[in-house]
Amino acid sequence: MEKMARVTTALGGNTLTGRTMYCHLDAPANAISVCRDAAQVVVAGRNIFKIYAIEEEQFVEKLNLRVGRKPSLNFSCADVVWHQMDENLLATAATNGVVVTWNLGKPSRNKQDQLFTEHKRTVNKVCFHPTEAYMLLSGSQDGYMKCFDLRKKDSVSTFSGQSESVRDVQFSIRDYFTFAATFENGNVQLWDIRRPDRYERMFTAHNGPVFCCDWHPEDRGWLATGGRDKMVKVWDMNTNRAKEIYCVQSIASVARVKWRPECKHHLATCSMMVDHNIYVWDVRRPYIPSAMFEEHRDVTTGIVWRHLHDPYFLLSGSKDSTLYQHIFKDASQPIERANPEGLCYGLFGDLAFAAKESLVTADSNRKPYPGDRRHPIFFKRKLDPTEQFESVSSSALSVFETEPDSSSMGWFVDTARRYALAGRSLAELCDHNAKVAKELSRNQVAQTWTMLRIIYCSPGTMPSANLNHSIGKGSASLPLMNSFNLKDMASGMGSEARLDWSKGENRSENILLDSSATLITNDENEETEGSDVPADYLLGDVEGDEDELYLMDHENAHTEEPEYVLPQEAFPLRHEIVDNPSGPDHLQDKADSPHVSGNEAETVSLTPVESFSLISISHTLYESRLPPDFFSALVRDMLRFYAEQGDVQMAVSVLIVLGERIRKEIDEQTQEHWYTSYIDLLQRFRLWNISNQVIKLSTCRAITCLNQASTTLHVNCSNCKRPMSNKGWICDRCRQCASTCAVCHHVVKGLFVWCQGCSHGGHLQHILKWLESSTQCPAGCGHLCEYT
Amino acid sequence: MAEGENEVRWDGLCSRDSATRDTALENIKQAILRKAEPLRSVKVLPYRSSEQPLNAASWDGFNRILARLLMLSKRCPFEDVREKSQFILKCVQELGIRIPRPLGHGPSRFIPEKEILQVGNEDAQMHTLFADSFAALGRLDNITLVMVFHPQYLESFLKTQHYLLQMDGPLPLHYRHYIGIMAAARHQCSYLVNLHVNDFLHVGGDPKWLNGLENAPQKLQNLGELNKVLAHRPWLITKEHIEITDSFCEVEALMEKMKQLQECRDEEEASQEEMASRFEIEKRESMFVFSSDDEEVAPTRDISRHFEDTSYGYKDFSRHGMHVPTFRVQDYCWEDHGYSLVNRLYPDVGQLIDEKFHIAYNLTYNTMAMHKDVDTSMLRRAIWNYIHCMFGIRYDDYDYGEINQLLDRSFKVYIKTVVCTPEKATKKMYDSFWRQFKHSEKVHVNLLLIEARMQAELLYALRAITRYMT
Repeated sequence: MEKMARVTTALGGNTLTGRTMYCHLDAPANAISVCRDAAQVVVAGRNIFKIYAIEEEQFVEKLNLRVGRKPSLNFSCADVVWHQMDENLLATAATNGVVVTWNLGKPSRNKQDQLFTEHKRTVNKVCFHPTEAYMLLSGSQDGYMKCFDLRKKDSVSTFSGQSESVRDVQFSIRDYFTFAATFENGNVQLWDIRRPDRYERMFTAHNGPVFCCDWHPEDRGWLATGGRDKMVKVWDMNTNRAKEIYCVQSIASVARVKWRPECKHHLATCSMMVDHNIYVWDVRRPYIPSAMFEEHRDVTTGIVWRHLHDPYFLLSGSKDSTLYQHIFKDASQPIERANPEGLCYGLFGDLAFAAKESLVTADSNRKPYPGDRRHPIFFKRKLDPTEQFESVSSSALSVFETEPDSSSMGWFVDTARRYALAGRSLAELCDHNAKVAKELSRNQVAQTWTMLRIIYCSPGTMPSANLNHSIGKGSASLPLMNSFNLKDMASGMGSEARLDWSKGENRSENILLDSSATLITNDENEETEGSDVPADYLLGDVEGDEDELYLMDHENAHTEEPEYVLPQEAFPLRHEIVDNPSGPDHLQDKADSPHVSGNEAETVSLTPVESFSLISISHTLYESRLPPDFFSALVRDMLRFYAEQGDVQMAVSVLIVLGERIRKEIDEQTQEHWYTSYIDLLQRFRLWNISNQVIKLSTCRAITCLNQASTTLHVNCSNCKRPMSNKGWICDRCRQCASTCAVCHHVVKGLFVWCQGCSHGGHLQHILKWLESSTQCPAGCGHLCEYT
Repeated sequence: MAEGENEVRWDGLCSRDSATRDTALENIKQAILRKAEPLRSVKVLPYRSSEQPLNAASWDGFNRILARLLMLSKRCPFEDVREKSQFILKCVQELGIRIPRPLGHGPSRFIPEKEILQVGNEDAQMHTLFADSFAALGRLDNITLVMVFHPQYLESFLKTQHYLLQMDGPLPLHYRHYIGIMAAARHQCSYLVNLHVNDFLHVGGDPKWLNGLENAPQKLQNLGELNKVLAHRPWLITKEHIEITDSFCEVEALMEKMKQLQECRDEEEASQEEMASRFEIEKRESMFVFSSDDEEVAPTRDISRHFEDTSYGYKDFSRHGMHVPTFRVQDYCWEDHGYSLVNRLYPDVGQLIDEKFHIAYNLTYNTMAMHKDVDTSMLRRAIWNYIHCMFGIRYDDYDYGEINQLLDRSFKVYIKTVVCTPEKATKKMYDSFWRQFKHSEKVHVNLLLIEARMQAELLYALRAITRYMT
């Protein structure tokens, strides 16, 4: 038995062989550690302290270190470590705070060597120096770390972390003098073994206790930490400040973390609670473990790679009283069960779809989609030469193109550019937008705008002009398509006619009605009612005299006022976009809506009578008996309809143009959703100014604040040419006013233009003037500035 | 009660906006004076006049309103409300109607009223706490007033209570209060039982349930046994308990219940020292007194409706017959294991409780009686570990000899009584330990006791759940 330490070194080197196997322990394990030669493993726990030899087919118990009759708490191990230089030397941390060393070379049965009883509380961790034979480090619940020289009876130095209990201590592999300690309050400290008075560096790594840490075995100064917050983080310690370079989110608190030998980015973790599996992660792929060992039935308490240079053998001990050897090729790979897929919409309606090749080929017998431009592109990850898994992840990418002309988005851009959203009266806006839509041959949208104008403003000369215009153009006869009951309408409205707009394309479902049947003109009403309605002279913008006569009511008239917005300074207003490729039939479905018939697809030919009738209708609609919000439900439905059709442009434009009139009808969330969709679209088309305008005009708080985010721009100081990080006018490096005008030498407060090459600049006017006569920098630095 | 539109509405008083409070007060005043008018003529207190039952009812209602006003005039954190309530009372009195007078001795029987902070004298931090509590519950209960000795802890305590009892969670609100009732009843704390009964009815609980546990849903009845064990001998909890309960309710709900038990227990103990025990037992010098507790008279009050098996009580861990293995903290501790499990079952609660433990355990002003700059960590640890020791929880790294050196006999008696059978705590016990110490320090001890006990119970319960899950 005394020879045991040398029994099975035959394996040596990288030639480990074996299989997945386990053995029963008599008691739950708390920690395990391997001998340098990878042939033996020590298991320690509250009631167990044994050495097992790892043979080809099984574990064989070699030695029981718990000797003596009376059980002592000194044997109740929280941690165990086997010296990597001296195969006879072991150290354990006892739950009662004692640090014990064991010498396997002792001839007696009791191998206990030294006993250090300096810690007041449980010792959580012991660690040998990687190269120094006699140096042992311990970390305890009492908040102290102690360094022992095994040739002496007492510790040689004590380190006080000043931050609660120490959970782990690890000597750096690279720096002889450095060790890392992790704490219950989330801190990680770096210490120099020669300076017990103060830590070299401290940073907060986790929220809650940091249970473990591990230095990267290769020479890179990486430290992995695991905490109760379920995270594994990898820190780059080479820089001045520890930098988090990777973060893996596990599903339970992380009790142990161990870098995988020979694999730069792999590490193994196990959990302290709830989750019994051991995971091997590729830190670059933090969402799914690259391998998983699921053998244990209770929490895994100790994991260790069997050999320093062998990435395929992992040993683990558990509370379920078993000791396992896991072989990598038996690991389960969660990735195999996952179906990674990617889907992305292109700006112009293209659709790209990537999936595992196996999945795509499986249904290849399907009829190919006409627009399918399929590129079977296979991405092969370059294989890590050390990686044992041969599963090549290849994927197929399919791109579905839209037919070039079927849904070109040109209209969107045009409409967005040309719409007017503010700055004029509602009537003008509506007319303008209707015109824009018409010119883009989006008749239905044009009609919608016209109708909005009719609903919310008094009918003026413009709409009729518009209509006439369209009449002139139109060649086709009027296919009217609304299916509502005239009689209901008439009674509901107190008389008169409605116009049917045939909106949208001609759909085959639409019923063609005889136009004369639906259009009823009512000239008499027009006149009489016109005189009934009190004229409202508050409205300054009406175009025609008659307009005033047909105001709906005072409330509407007032709400009109805020529309006169000052011209926007920064950029010229663009037109809002309205467009609806698909038909707005739904308007017609409402029995109580005024209908104007017009057909988008083929322009509607309206007889003059009809256009007249349009006017007359609107008059009657605006009889003062109608409540002001009579139409808002309808308009709301219309907006919803457009949005659902995918024309969020129309929905948002109308929303902005109508403002308060309709805003309350639609809940905040929907509005916000529309706005964000539209803004997103605009930005994809790089219509920055327009998107900005939309943001500005929106009334949603969530949207308007978009413009206030990340508006800070750091400039360079024009004196010292270093970035200015502070606020205000003074550069904190050279203590001078940084933003002075190079021409007049005053501080510029307001519009500041500067050269990105030399950082000089000044008042916009001054610089412009200067550059008229000179090409060089006004500051005299010799730079050939370009202010464009 | 013919209240109708005359009904007095109190809810405006909880507002932080003084204008809103003002309006509410004015409305209350109007309503009360309206009510008082018809009652003026009746000079005799009509409780006794059986020939006027109708009138008696309205008197009853009116007096309840007056009592509430009185409470507000004493216990509202907002000064304007206090003053105005008093004013209204005076008005009523001037109408020739008798008004109620405060009877009690302040929030605690053990601590003289003058030692306790008077509402109105609090500092800014305390005021915020009071206002928060008042806004959430519409009252400042005795517990709050006593705990305000340690505002830092109180804040954490109220936050946890609020999260468990009022916020969204897996259990319906009235279930939570019912569990609170069950837990408080286990220790015969009428004050807490009443508080929870009120809240229970307030959130729409079925009054029938209050007639006894057998009227409650099966799910809650199953908790009865667990409640009993948890309250008195948590070390007996096994995974079978969890299984039984689990067949009817999911583990999350169970967890919550346990937490609540714990919570209520907390309150309970805190309040126990405030309230005179109904069971005047002689002070017994010996710790062994508890071995004979089983013969003790079963509580007769109606509280006993809420629990069964009244004879079940704490038994000395080491003395009862069965062998139960010692619970070793090194194998299952709150920081490493309990926290994760609780957070998994009931998100955020782990964090809240963890905070509370930390605050209670680490709370120190570095003073002891008249001495200053004392490191009290040793003493705190001794108290904490002593309590865990009573529940059979052992720390490998603690020398239990320290306890005997630090805690004298009368203190131990007090600890044991409060922790195990709080209903038997007496003023005499309270007074007899640590005579030199300030009341705030004794309250601190109580906080330590309740948190330590809560952790002990939690550890047992959570370990059982862990075993059940694996």
